[in-house]
Order: sequence, then C-alpha cells, then structure tokens
Amino acid sequence: MKNAFKEIVVGFNSLVTGMRITLGQFFKPAVTVQYPYETLPIPPRFRGHIELVRDPETGKPKCFACKLCERACPSDCILVDGAKLDGAKKKSVTVYKLDFTKCSLCGSCVEACRDGAIRFSRDYNLAGLSKEEFIMDLFAKLQAEAQAAGVTPEAPAPAEPVKTGPAAPAPTQTPPPAAAAPKSEPPQREPVKADAP
Amino acid sequence: MKNLLHMLLAEPFRLVLALLVIMSFVGLNAAYLVWVERKGAGRFQRRPGPTEVGYAGLIQPIVDAIKLLSKQLIVPDGVDATLFRAAPLVVMVPSLIGLAVIPYSDKLVGRDINVGLLLIFALGSINVMAIMLGGWSSRNKYAIISAARVVSQNVAYEIPTLLVVITMIMVTGSMDLNEIVRQQAGGFWRWNLFRWDVNPLAPVTFLILYVCMLAETNRSPFDMAEAESELVAGAYTEYSGMGFGVFFMAEYANILLGCSVATVLFLGGWQSPVGIWSGLFWFLAKMYFLIFSVIWIRWTFPRTQFYGLLNLSWKILIPVSLFTLILSSAMLKIF
Amino acid sequence: MTTAEAIPAGTGRETFVLNLGPQHPATHGVLRVKMTMDGEYVARAEPVCGYIHRMQEKMGENRTYAQFLPNTSRIDYLSAMTYTHAFVGAIERAAKLTVPPRAEYIRVITSELNRISSHLVWWGAFLLDLGGFTPLLYAFDDREKILDLLEGITGSRLTYSYYRIGGLYNDVDDTFVKGTRQFVAQMRPRLKMYRELVTENIILRKRLIGIGPIRAELCRKYGATGPVIRGSGVGYDVRKIEPYSVYPEMDFIAPAFPEGDSMARYLVRMEEMAQSLRIIEQGLDKLPAGPVMAEKVPRVLKLPAGDYCYAVEAARGRFAVRIVSDGKEIPYRVKLRSPSLSNLSLFEEASRGMLLPDALALMGSLDLVIPDIDR
Repeated sequence: MKNAFKEIVVGFNSLVTGMRITLGQFFKPAVTVQYPYETLPIPPRFRGHIELVRDPETGKPKCFACKLCERACPSDCILVDGAKLDGAKKKSVTVYKLDFTKCSLCGSCVEACRDGAIRFSRDYNLAGLSKEEFIMDLFAKLQAEAQAAGVTPEAPAPAEPVKTGPAAPAPTQTPPPAAAAPKSEPPQREPVKADAP
Repeated sequence: MKNLLHMLLAEPFRLVLALLVIMSFVGLNAAYLVWVERKGAGRFQRRPGPTEVGYAGLIQPIVDAIKLLSKQLIVPDGVDATLFRAAPLVVMVPSLIGLAVIPYSDKLVGRDINVGLLLIFALGSINVMAIMLGGWSSRNKYAIISAARVVSQNVAYEIPTLLVVITMIMVTGSMDLNEIVRQQAGGFWRWNLFRWDVNPLAPVTFLILYVCMLAETNRSPFDMAEAESELVAGAYTEYSGMGFGVFFMAEYANILLGCSVATVLFLGGWQSPVGIWSGLFWFLAKMYFLIFSVIWIRWTFPRTQFYGLLNLSWKILIPVSLFTLILSSAMLKIF
Repeated sequence: MTTAEAIPAGTGRETFVLNLGPQHPATHGVLRVKMTMDGEYVARAEPVCGYIHRMQEKMGENRTYAQFLPNTSRIDYLSAMTYTHAFVGAIERAAKLTVPPRAEYIRVITSELNRISSHLVWWGAFLLDLGGFTPLLYAFDDREKILDLLEGITGSRLTYSYYRIGGLYNDVDDTFVKGTRQFVAQMRPRLKMYRELVTENIILRKRLIGIGPIRAELCRKYGATGPVIRGSGVGYDVRKIEPYSVYPEMDFIAPAFPEGDSMARYLVRMEEMAQSLRIIEQGLDKLPAGPVMAEKVPRVLKLPAGDYCYAVEAARGRFAVRIVSDGKEIPYRVKLRSPSLSNLSLFEEASRGMLLPDALALMGSLDLVIPDIDR
C-alpha cells in the first residue's frame, strides 16, 4: 500500500518535471534555419561534385587526361579524353564528363589525381529538370567560366584525332548552363573560393 | 424593427441563433486550434511551426480545409455503406449539443436548463459509438483493433468522470451549470477548486476530471486509437477528404467541451478571479489555458500502453474518486 | 515455414495476419513483419527482410580495395565510420601496415562521435515509436552539432569515407578540436535533461520495465551482440574483449545491466553515450602530433593470399569484416557480418505471446537498421 502511494507520488513528480522541461524549451528561440530565406555557410572542405581546376598562369585546365581518376572511380562515372596540342609535351584535356547520377561523392578521383587538377566544388543547389542536366560536362563548364571571366584559353578542337593541331580556337562553345554574368573584376577570378592547401 | 428583434430573441429563434453561433464557434475553434497546436508543437520542439501560408501561417487551417474538401470521398469496396457514411455525421453531435448548455457568461447560454450537466454526460458517449462505427464498418484490421481499444478505453474512463461529477453535484447542490458558476462568485478563493471546507481533496478531484477528459477525447498520452506507429491512422484509416476532416474537427470539439466543463465545475466559469468584471473574457481565458495545457501534455509525454491506461482507470482513478465522493458526503453531512 | 500454423477448426479461436508492412508510418525501415495475431497478442512474428538488398558483398568481389571503401559507409549509414574502420583495419592487418598514432586517435574520436550520433537517432526514433514526438527534435538538434563537426573535416554528413587504407584522408584542424571540446561540454547537461525528461518519466518506465525480457542464453543462441546482450547482463564489448586501435589506452567502461528487459537495453545505450564522451575527451587530451597516413601504401594494393578478419564494436553490436584474398587487387570474397541481422533473429522467439505495443517496444529497443540486415 505504501509502495503504491510512493509510486504515485514519484510518478506524478516525474510528469511535472517533464512538463517543466518542455515549457522551458518553449521559451527558447528556434534552432532551425528557414532555408530558402536564410542559408548556412558551407565549410571549406565540403564535398560537392568535382570541377576542373584552371592553371592561373596559362589559363588552361591543369588536367592532362592521364585517366587516373577514371580508373579510380568505383562507379564508372568519369569519362576523360585528351589530345596533344601542337608542340606541347603533355596532352590537354578535351572531354571531361562526369555522370553525376552515378557519382557517390567518395572522393577517390580527387585523391587519385596527382596534380591537383580536380577539386570538390561547394555547389549544393543542384535541382534540375531532366536527367541530362546531371551528365555534367566539366570541361565545357570550365570554358564557360573562363569566357565569363574574360580569359579565353586556347581551346583544342574536341574529339579530333590530332595529327595536325587546330588552326584556330574552336568557335563554338556550349552555352553556359547558368547565366554567368560577366563581372568587371580582375581576371582569373575563381568562381569558388578554394582554400589553400 | 424592434418587433423583429424581439421576435428573434423569443425562445425558438433564440435557440436556433445560439446553435448557429455555437456551430460557427466550434468550427472556427476546430480550425484554429489546429493552428495553435501546430505552432505550439513547433515551439516546444524549438522550431517555428507553419510560417509560409499567410502571416505566421494563419491561413494554413483554411487552406488545409479547402484541400480536404477537394478530395474524393472514397468509399472502399465491401464496407457497410450506411454506417461508413453515417459515422462522421454522428461524431459531431454530442459536442455541439453539450456546448449549447454551457454558460459562456451570465446571459450567454444556449439553453439554461436545470439538468445541464446530466445532458452533457448523457449524450457524451455517442461520439465513442460513432468512432466504433467508423472503425468497424471500415473492414480494415487496423481500424477494427483501434475501434475495440477506443470502446474499452472510453467505458473505463466514463466511470471516474461520473463519480467526480456526482461529487461536484453534491458539493454544489445543483445540476444547472449557470447556477454552479454563480455559486463561485466573489474571487478565486471561492472557486470549487479551492473550496476545501466541503471537499478537502478538490485539487485531486480536478486532476481526476482532467485525466479522464484527456482519455475520453483520445488525446495523448492516451491516444491508442490513433497510435500512428502501430496502426497507421487507427479507426480513421479508410476515411479520406472531409470524412477524416470531420473526425479531426470532432476531436477538437470534444476537447473544447471537456475543457469547458472542467472550467465551469472547478475554475469558476465566467467568474473573474478578483470578483469584479466577470464575463465572457474570463471564461475564454480559463478554457484556453486548459486547452494549452492539453497541447503541452501531448507534446511532452509518450503514449501509455493499453493495459496501463486501463489499470490507471480501474485501479487508481476509481478508488480515489470513490474515496473523494465518500469524503465529501461525510464533510457535507457533518459540517 | 512461410505460413502460420492453422488453428484447428471448431476451437472457437481465430488468428489473423497483421502485416507490419515494408512501408511504415513509423521509423523501422523497410522491414516487413508478418504477425499472426490472436486478438491483441502476437502468436507469431515472422520478419521478412530483403527489401533493400543492395548486393554489397557482390560489389566487394568486383571492386578493388580502395574502390570498395565508400560502400562500407553505406552498409549502416548511421555508424558509418566504425564500419569503414573494420574494413580498413582488415586490410591493414593483412598488408601489415602501421597506422600512425595520430591517425589511430582521430579514428577513435570520430568513431565515438559517430556512435553518439547513432544512439541519438535511435533514441529519438524509439521515442517516436512510443508516441513521444518531442525528444526526436531535441536529439536531432544535438546530432546537428556532431554532423557539423564531422562535415568540417570530412566534407560529408552521413557517409563519410574518411578513413583510408593506412590512415586518414586528411588531417583535422584546430576548429575541430575546439568544436569537439565545446560539444562534449554542452552534451553532458543535455544528457541530464534527457534523463529527467524521458528516462525517469513514469509513462516510459511503465512502458519499458519488464517488457520484452531477453535472457542471455537467447542472445547466445542467436549471436546477438551489442546493447542487446549487454542489456542481458553479459559484458561482451569488442572494445574490451578483442581490443583494437587505441582502445586499450582509453579508460572507459562497457555498461551492462542485468535485467534483460527493454529498459536495460535503453539504459545501456544512454550510458554508452556518456562513456563515449569520456573517450572523446581522453582522445583529444592524448592526441599526438604527426602524420596521418602510413608511408609506403602501394597505389595498387594486392593483399597476400589468405583469410583476414577484423571486428569492431559498432553502435549496434559486433561488426566483422572477413576478406578472402587470392593475391589479386580485387578480393575473392568480402564477408560482412551484420549485427542487426543477429539482433533481429531473436525477435521471433522473444515476441511470442506479447501484446502488440510491447512487441513494437521490443523491436525498437533492438535498434535495427534494415540496410545493415540486408546489405
């Protein structure tokens, strides 16, 4: 009998304590972030889809199509092709397609690349309307950014077996997927701040 | 013009007008209590709740109601068509009738009959029957289990409720709700909650009534009937569109009724705590305070088990309410 | 063995089959449980798994060791770091690589952070199952902090792929160390709040004490490990019995409660969170300087032919990886021993004759992650 009373009293106290805690939380501010109106800062090591790195001196992509990333990828989503330009020692990349529908963001490609030619972007607003938008043509993206920044590198002709180098820069570019507004800023503007290491 | 007003305030028209006002009050409350609950739930969980639709989400309930109205009323194959359709209609009835006899203020009563309390509890069990009909006629295992649970839960909690109400009827000597409120005039120490001279266990009695009200309306922590993680949506699984909307509204109407009865019986109804400026405002303030506490409890505690619920009723609440009944009658007889 | 035993006609009792289908409004994952119910009592509960079989072990036979690493995070995504630890541990043991001490300490710190975040998800989801909606949000608030810390060093929030064969992908920085210390400092009062709000709550206690008793012999019969067996009184924790990495240098206890009911398993996990905080503090205090990657890890890794095994204490129990290699750069067989499958297999025997809400409380207290069962 006594135990029953004690149990009732202790139980009732636990209920009151619980209610007190929730009431305390009621008056504290919200911890959520209203996403489209407010955003959170993205940490520097965030793992978004990969992108090609441009060499600041020559303005061309650092990648020379050694295909290490293509071999390292567990999901077979990278397609790289390159061609030797006139007089160059190494190849230059001509095609770099990332099939993002298969990519698992594991980072093996970035780790395998010995020259730092690819890095993670910090792009997370990736909603699209068709599957084709996610077969990312990273080379074309880089060209588009280079054009927008006002630096047009020597563009090798795509997909041509090179016995003779291209005579002139390729006249057509695929239109930039997002309207990159040309900014009147010093050239070599990197679209995403890369942190130094 | 004056004749028209007199005619409108004459008895039959006055009652109809009162019922219309009550129905719109219940409808508006059912809609905006949903808003209060969602915002309250959000704040207890450190998040804002609905904010998109309208300023601070105020139009959200209306938009939800329009969405529910626009859905097809699916009547599944093989159900008992009459009962399936009748259940949502029946479930709103007892709360509307009950709210017609509650005194919102000295003059604002739908129908001031002298057995008001009896009327409320006589009709109060009909909504249980409606949920059972809805669950049973749905021909769905989850609904049937839920309907069976609802019936046994409600039957178990009717008894302590009635014992408490009998105690209060003895203490106040009347079943007329407006009379009960008038007796509590003069300041909060005269409310039935604090009248320890006739009922020394008055706070315990209030607590029992409150717990029984939570259980009767199938609110957490006693919401076995709609235990989402076990039984999808319980008795309402097969209802779509406004059929479900009506059940939902009926739950809030029942909460309104339960909190109103608790306010009238224990907290002094429309009486002000300082004795002057009594009226509708105090009634609404007390009622909404109780409703806030119902929402607060829902978002704090987990669900009890089914047999824990029944144990609570049969083994704890009934003996205690019997004890308070005997104690109050002894106090009344002796003093 | 796929249909319930028929009740002979004329006995006046009927059973019906209630399907806790692969789609739940609850948080169980894609597990189907065919319950044969006798009224409110469970006559037989038959779990049917396989709805999320992703052929991880088959993929292990077609990918090199480095290429399979991201898969390990996705087997049990809630305690991804520990699973990767087992895999790289097996390879390091086979190839006899020495992992630098700084990498080992960081591995232990991040594994324990991952354990806390997994237990927070379990706690919130378990209470959601029982009908208390609010603690889930509080748990996820704390979990956000852990995920932000780990995002700062790895770049991902759930499937980390942080460990590499021979060490780590990259080093931690000062922000991580400071942030983790801050997290530990603010987590202890939160655990106290959880205890007051939930653990001592009379409704929860009535719901869990005495419910779903599992004796230690039943655990041994089915091979259940982790909090399930520690909640039955047996102090089996891989970190204590077969210590790996730098756990021998950490001072912590593996909590075990003897009662064997759902409350004991609940208390084991809450206490494990507190012990993980201790381990993290000690790890941060003892963190040595140095490299984070072993030297001379071959680019194309070929393990010598043989059978290699490594076991870790994941959040759910003992996770073991067994690699059978025939000398090539692609393993011959990768066997993943999943703790949730062993934990689930005792559900059928343990839940006979229980009421439906109690059976669900039991299933919640086993802490199943279905992708781990199906792999």
